[in-house]
Amino acid sequence: MNAFEKLCLARSNNRPTSIDYIEKVFDNFIEFHGDRRFADDKAIIAGIADLYGRPVTVIGLEKGRNTSERMDRNFGSAHPEGYRKTLRLMKQAEKFHRPIICFVDTSGAFCGIGAEERGQGQAIAENLMEMMTLKTPIISILIGEGGSGGALALAVADEVWMLENAVYSVISPEGCASILWKDASKADKAAQCLKITSQDLFKLSVIERIIREPKNLNDNKLFLGLKDLLNNTLNKKCSIPIDELLESRYQRYRKFGN
Amino acid sequence: MSVFDSDIFNFIKPKNELEEQGNISDNQPFVPDSMWIKCPVCKSAILSSDLADNQMVCPKCNYHFRLTARKRIECTVDVETFCEFDKDLTSKNILDFPDYSRKLSKAVTTSGENESVITGTAKINNIKIVLCVMDSSFMMGSMGTVTGEKITRAFEYAADNNLPIIVFTVSGGARMQEGILSLMQMAKTSGAVKRHSDKGLLYITVLTDPTTGGVTASFAMEGDIILAEPNALVGFAGPRVIEQTIRKKLPKDFQTSEFLLEKGFIDAVIDRKNMRNTLFNILKLHIPFNKGGLD
Ligand SMILES: [Zn+2]
Repeated sequence: MNAFEKLCLARSNNRPTSIDYIEKVFDNFIEFHGDRRFADDKAIIAGIADLYGRPVTVIGLEKGRNTSERMDRNFGSAHPEGYRKTLRLMKQAEKFHRPIICFVDTSGAFCGIGAEERGQGQAIAENLMEMMTLKTPIISILIGEGGSGGALALAVADEVWMLENAVYSVISPEGCASILWKDASKADKAAQCLKITSQDLFKLSVIERIIREPKNLNDNKLFLGLKDLLNNTLNKKCSIPIDELLESRYQRYRKFGN
Repeated sequence: MSVFDSDIFNFIKPKNELEEQGNISDNQPFVPDSMWIKCPVCKSAILSSDLADNQMVCPKCNYHFRLTARKRIECTVDVETFCEFDKDLTSKNILDFPDYSRKLSKAVTTSGENESVITGTAKINNIKIVLCVMDSSFMMGSMGTVTGEKITRAFEYAADNNLPIIVFTVSGGARMQEGILSLMQMAKTSGAVKRHSDKGLLYITVLTDPTTGGVTASFAMEGDIILAEPNALVGFAGPRVIEQTIRKKLPKDFQTSEFLLEKGFIDAVIDRKNMRNTLFNILKLHIPFNKGGLD
């Protein structure tokens, strides 16, 4: 499968969305709403749950599972209030010493008048800065499409994992092809050049782990495997002194281009 | 760069936003080479030497022409105090992206710089600062790994030496030829800003035309104090991308400095002629009271 075919697969409507992971990996999920400043952004679903008895905060970019859900959730493209809800609940997690697990699935942060008026850039920037020193472990998992800054705002973490057929890119291959070659139909070439697949990103040390996909993605094996993996990883991360954890989080990003 | 005259985004779906935008005009920092310059806003003819003497601001209508980073440094800091870091750090075509090597060498030739940002130490009325100035003539100020590296090192130096830092931003966004490594610079620079901030040190951002995409969504919006030049385009997504997403015309003055001021995202809009003095006044008020005075 080439990079463009993977991109199409990553965007496919048949893939499990964040809600599926939240329901199947965790128990007792309670959803929390709102950024306490402007509104509740349904493109992001967030709350607390337990993972083998350990309280965790779970936050996911949610594209929706059918047409009406997709409309309702703005196809997983968040507004500033979504990123601010994320940060609010991350700070809450820090206060109560809960690890944070993020699920990333978005074509990008929303581009619109309201998003600009309410500071889309500022909201993302604040998340990047604050997540870097949040005193609790953070694991981010790219489950479908990881579109640019809107994805990164939930992916400054101690470890970043990717589903085998997920993609992560600074720009959509269509956008890249239009700008560079004035031809969106060259997206397949752009997808190849941009290095967006989990295999490419693993080689570039952008991710720590590739999650193998079973033939049927709704197979419980995927969710149970992820559950154990998260549990083992959190056991390790939670035993690291917080200063060490934050130093290695800083170095995790510091290394790119050093 | 060819990017900026393209009639693009004729597709609907992926509305990504951190890339160099197709909607930003291609006017390079202005270097007068003929006697008379026509102001693009009020259309008056200005003697090029008058324009240069006026820091490249139209004397009739206050239009701020773009400045090169070197000219900006000259306008901002005490004479011969700028001491440059990492002058020879250059970008490589890490992903082996088609045509990127050629574009890089062309950018070096046309801008006379090795990257889209110049960093170093300097003084403003004898107050020592760390300074980062981006340059739109180098691939539209796009953020590559070396851009991110130089800015990160500047913040780390400022943190280690307890210095305030000032960053002048101008950027079309992430540099797509560096793919995900360009995206990672947003997290990397933000981490360095946070460490500097956590030491109780001052960071002033000055937004200049245009500041968009990945730079807006990282260090540009992370200053303790955020200033902007008049009428600069500042936003996350570029206007054309937004118009194509929402299929509506944007209101006039949308995403200008003045618009951001009204919406509460910047502290002040400052004319270029007052910038140096404003920066000095802010710096002065951040000298610890018990240590008193300037050195
Ligand atoms: Zn004029």
